[in-house]
Amino acid sequence: MSRIWRATVFVTGAAGIAVLFGLVCGTLPGPLAVRNRYAEAINSRVYAQRNVTDAVSAVNFDYRGFDTVGEEFILFVSVLGSISLLRMTSEKTDGLLRDAAEPSRDVPASDAIRLWILIMIAPKVLFGIYIVTHGQLTPGGGFQGGVILATAALMLYLGESFAVFRKVVSRPAVEIAEAVGAGGFLLLGMIAWFWGKPFLTNVLPLGKTHELTSGGTMPLISLATGLEVTAGFVLLLFAFLEETLTVRGEE
Amino acid sequence: MIFLQLGILLCVLVAGTTVVFTRGLASQPILVSVFGLMLALMFMVFQAPDVALSQIVVGAVGLPLMVLLALAKLRRDAQLLHRRENEEETK
Amino acid sequence: MQGQIIFYAGFAVAVWLFLIGLYGIVSSRHLVHLCLSLTVVQASTYVLLAVVGYRPGLPAPIFVTMPATSSAVDPVIQALMLTDVVVEATVIALLLSITVRVHRRTASADPNEVDLMRG
Repeated sequence: MSRIWRATVFVTGAAGIAVLFGLVCGTLPGPLAVRNRYAEAINSRVYAQRNVTDAVSAVNFDYRGFDTVGEEFILFVSVLGSISLLRMTSEKTDGLLRDAAEPSRDVPASDAIRLWILIMIAPKVLFGIYIVTHGQLTPGGGFQGGVILATAALMLYLGESFAVFRKVVSRPAVEIAEAVGAGGFLLLGMIAWFWGKPFLTNVLPLGKTHELTSGGTMPLISLATGLEVTAGFVLLLFAFLEETLTVRGEE
Repeated sequence: MIFLQLGILLCVLVAGTTVVFTRGLASQPILVSVFGLMLALMFMVFQAPDVALSQIVVGAVGLPLMVLLALAKLRRDAQLLHRRENEEETK
Repeated sequence: MQGQIIFYAGFAVAVWLFLIGLYGIVSSRHLVHLCLSLTVVQASTYVLLAVVGYRPGLPAPIFVTMPATSSAVDPVIQALMLTDVVVEATVIALLLSITVRVHRRTASADPNEVDLMRG
């Protein structure tokens, strides 16, 4: 289909969508008339029922934990797909890369950047761990803290070179960590079976509010998710970086 | 408060339109990063701090980095293929 | 009145981003630009969810200093958005890996020239 035809079809379709959407918006009851009973029920009960203060994490890991399992495995499979796609090179291209590649011009960062990054890596890791463990108390949780920790590993590459990144972050350990995180979530869900309750019921003691151990299985699930998300993103970085910076003659 | 929210919605709109209408490859990662940042600010203004945390790290750091690395890889592949074609021609 | 303006403005921004992103996908000339237009389409869903879950004047659903009442913004929708953001970034990473592979196979990153499904 030629370009002009494609553009015409698109513009017609888009105009139709916009008009229909506008008509539908006119029939909506409006923001103040919409009563989200489910949201009100959760907001009023989350403090008393689960002893936690962050309703969003409670919804993520407890009330709708089953959806989070699905989302986490979407992440897992996407990372797996990216790694396999970037690692599969045909022999023609492999030889091509090895023969014609000059050693990659890994430009070292300036001294100011190196110093700043080396100072900031440790606070960043600490901050990431803080966000992961306080998931059920303040805004945070496994997903956010996991990505923050992954960027702490990325800063290692930005400050030093890829060789240093590869030495410090050992790839098998990261792969094992991702598997442990994903499997740990499932195992924590299976604990409920010992009590005869459905999958992912919160069966551990709920603890006192405002403490790190409040919420039963929630902090543990947050830890497992944080581990899995961190490892997933570090593996993605590994895959992309290794593809871009093939260094000749090293390992 | 309403002006803040309308303002940030406008910023998101402009940033999104810019991402689509810019064809130059070298500026794509930066535009995506700015777009992610605008989205994160929007989440903050609409009282969603958890989502804003995720979006800041993922959309303003992670995604532009992957775009940058993909672009670098594409350019390197093109150079290698070009060099290989030149070698085959001169043979 | 305030709530109404933001409600409809949010819907308008969402549908605009959706259509602009679709236009970017349809008329793109580079596969990486196509992936980024897909990011814009994803962002339209974030805007829609943020506006739907928002109640004018109410605070975030974190009850550290204020008592747990029902007058807070919707937490279920925020839980949806949260996992959505992280997961869709990895999906875009997957699409970028596919782009790298396609470029290696056909030496071009133009979606109009890539014709891998020949008979």
